[in-house]
Amino acid sequence: MLDRHEFLEKRGLVLTVAILIVVAIGGIVEIAPLFYLESTIEKVKGVRPYTPLELAGRNIYVREGCYVCHSQMVRPLRDEVERYGHYSLAAESMYDHPFQWGSKRSGPDLARVGGKYSDAWHKQHLIDPRSLVPESVMPPYAFLEGKVLDAEDAEGWLKTNRTVGVPYTDEMIESAASDFRTQTDPFADDYDGFVARYPNAVVRDFDGDPRHVTEMDALIAYLQVLGTMVDFETYEPEENYR
Amino acid sequence: MTSVSPRAATATTGGGDIPFIAAALGIGLLLALFVAARAADPLMSAHAFMFAAAFVGGGFALVHHVSSGAKADPTGYEFGVVKAGVFASVFWGLAGFLVGVVIAAQLAFPNIFYFSDFGWTNFGRLRPLHTSAVIFAFGGNVLIATSFYVVQRTSRAKLWGGLAPWFVFWGYQLFIVIAATGYLMGVTQSREYAEPEWYADLWLTLVWVVYLLVFLGTLLKRKEPHIYVANWFYLAFIVTIAMLHIVNNLAIPVSLTGVKSYSLFAGVQDALTQWWYGHNAVGFFLTAGFLAIMYYFIPKQADRPVYSYRLSIIHFWALIFIYIWAGPHHLHYTALPEWAQTLGMTFSIMLWMPSWGGMINGLMTLSGAWDKLRTDPVLRMMVVSVAFYGMSTFEGPLMSVRAVNSLSHYTDWTIGHVHSGALGWVGYISFGALYCLTPWLWKRKSLYSNALVEWHFWVSTIGILLYITSMWVSGIMQGLMWRAYDAFGFLEYSFVETVEAMHPYYIIRMTGGLLFLVGALIMAYNLWRTAKGDVREKEFAPSPALAPAE
Repeated sequence: MLDRHEFLEKRGLVLTVAILIVVAIGGIVEIAPLFYLESTIEKVKGVRPYTPLELAGRNIYVREGCYVCHSQMVRPLRDEVERYGHYSLAAESMYDHPFQWGSKRSGPDLARVGGKYSDAWHKQHLIDPRSLVPESVMPPYAFLEGKVLDAEDAEGWLKTNRTVGVPYTDEMIESAASDFRTQTDPFADDYDGFVARYPNAVVRDFDGDPRHVTEMDALIAYLQVLGTMVDFETYEPEENYR
Repeated sequence: MTSVSPRAATATTGGGDIPFIAAALGIGLLLALFVAARAADPLMSAHAFMFAAAFVGGGFALVHHVSSGAKADPTGYEFGVVKAGVFASVFWGLAGFLVGVVIAAQLAFPNIFYFSDFGWTNFGRLRPLHTSAVIFAFGGNVLIATSFYVVQRTSRAKLWGGLAPWFVFWGYQLFIVIAATGYLMGVTQSREYAEPEWYADLWLTLVWVVYLLVFLGTLLKRKEPHIYVANWFYLAFIVTIAMLHIVNNLAIPVSLTGVKSYSLFAGVQDALTQWWYGHNAVGFFLTAGFLAIMYYFIPKQADRPVYSYRLSIIHFWALIFIYIWAGPHHLHYTALPEWAQTLGMTFSIMLWMPSWGGMINGLMTLSGAWDKLRTDPVLRMMVVSVAFYGMSTFEGPLMSVRAVNSLSHYTDWTIGHVHSGALGWVGYISFGALYCLTPWLWKRKSLYSNALVEWHFWVSTIGILLYITSMWVSGIMQGLMWRAYDAFGFLEYSFVETVEAMHPYYIIRMTGGLLFLVGALIMAYNLWRTAKGDVREKEFAPSPALAPAE
């Protein structure tokens, strides 16, 4: 049979097509079913699209390359569940464009960091990590504090996310800029509307500076929502074995 | 530097494509200026101006090309672009290794190497700069340069496409500059080894399609009846990278004049798409492409034919078929369905066989020429490279076993594994090819100095060993510390205690990386003097003919 290989060796285009077919198979078999097998993503309550401010924070998380050192994927291993909390579900990242599971833990996993530390702790830790954790190797992010965000940008982010499949409603998109500001101001006019659109979203001044919405606000808002959406009291692991 | 000037390209074109190229450059310039004027953010504005500057530069090069008149390359081949590729490879290699040493230093001495006022020098932005610089800028230029050389020599045909090879070369450098400056400015998709944003991806797609056309076009007009085995590997590398690049970078930009985009896929599907890409960037960029180098340069330098033709056929098809499946081993114990993880693990273990088949084919090519390892440090470097390939392709399947992966994943063991492949295999086979190409292209009888090659070899080998052993120890140690329990059944270590324990190993790793960089600097000097035509005084006398050792 190997003698017949000569056929391919003498035909450049045929060889090219043969290569393309051979390398396409693995990906088709492994990836394509994930889009239609219903068991891929668990049925679970509580996962909602990110608020505009959380999404802004997520953009910063991506921009700064946080995924390079922090995973967002708790594995179902005894020590990880004890250290970080319930193992991560596929449903928890179903609105993550792109996913942030990470591949290396130079720092701890952040999949369930939400609510574990105060906003003030996060702010101080981002400004100077070693002032709180002397052995840390994390870079300082003091510059986030001085960068004021433009609420008007939020509408474009939400629209694009809707295009790729995140269920933002027309109402959410129309009020994106207002919701962006509302989340840092518990006395805002549209507080009730915001909480209705984004159930269980935390509304407070994350960076302690009420004058502006800064990148520090946004990043802390994102960190504080991580891993807090799923209602594990109603989650039935037995129904989701795959 | 004359070798890098567009003048060298004059030999290849009849001139019929000049108006077309001029029009394309003009349209590109207009588009870039339009985007620069309407940019939704300053980052896009900066990048649009870079594109505009590149198109203007291309215009000047074209004018220079036309006005200087066409001169035929006396060799009948197009080697100017290969020379430029050798230069670019060395340049980006040094840059990429340097950034690697810097980020290693940041982890070892965070108090010294982080600057609160310069957020763009933080680890999170420099790490993609390092990975992209070494994989795509250094590795990519080595692959483009060697493929352009090998396909011409083994086809006995000049590169197809007139000025198109030069477009591939400069277009690829432009992509590198856009990607690198983007990382520093915070433009990233956060997809490992595919961080550049949508517009850079589109540009690379264009460059890559032209690359495929040049390569295929040259193959199709070959004067040899058979397509040589190295070219199968180059072809698989080019075709598969195109497929991976396009699918993994599917994204919708927020604005056509802004940098930000959101990926088409989310969560679990996105994760597997990314690691299907990520693992095959290793499989096809860092393996198939460099195996092509092995299949040409080792037989050439050893002056022996490839060990087994049949083994190369099996090696080739088994490798490219199986590699594609291995991606899910990056996602063991994650929210990826278990069937996909198992499939990925199974194929990763199967991959051991074609990998070692290739290693055996490369090593056994030395049959009857093993004595050359004593006298030819370049050949020795390439043989050691294949040995590193064998080692890391054994370690890889081992780490893809779910139980092993539960320990190794997220730790430095992965980093060590990657670097035994990247420094040992990819680095050394590339250095070997550069040491071969420079005297061949510049028509020198020998390298400036074989003694300096010895120095390069030993300094960087010690560097690699320091690097991978320190990462083995720190990775396995950290993995064990994470899962350690005390007598009362509590977790024994807090996370930061495991970080603190890494400190000495991070210093050793940084030292190893520094030695590797020093070795590359020695090579750069040696190649520079070789290209100039110098021969080191002590080594001027041609070595006496040695009797074969048998």
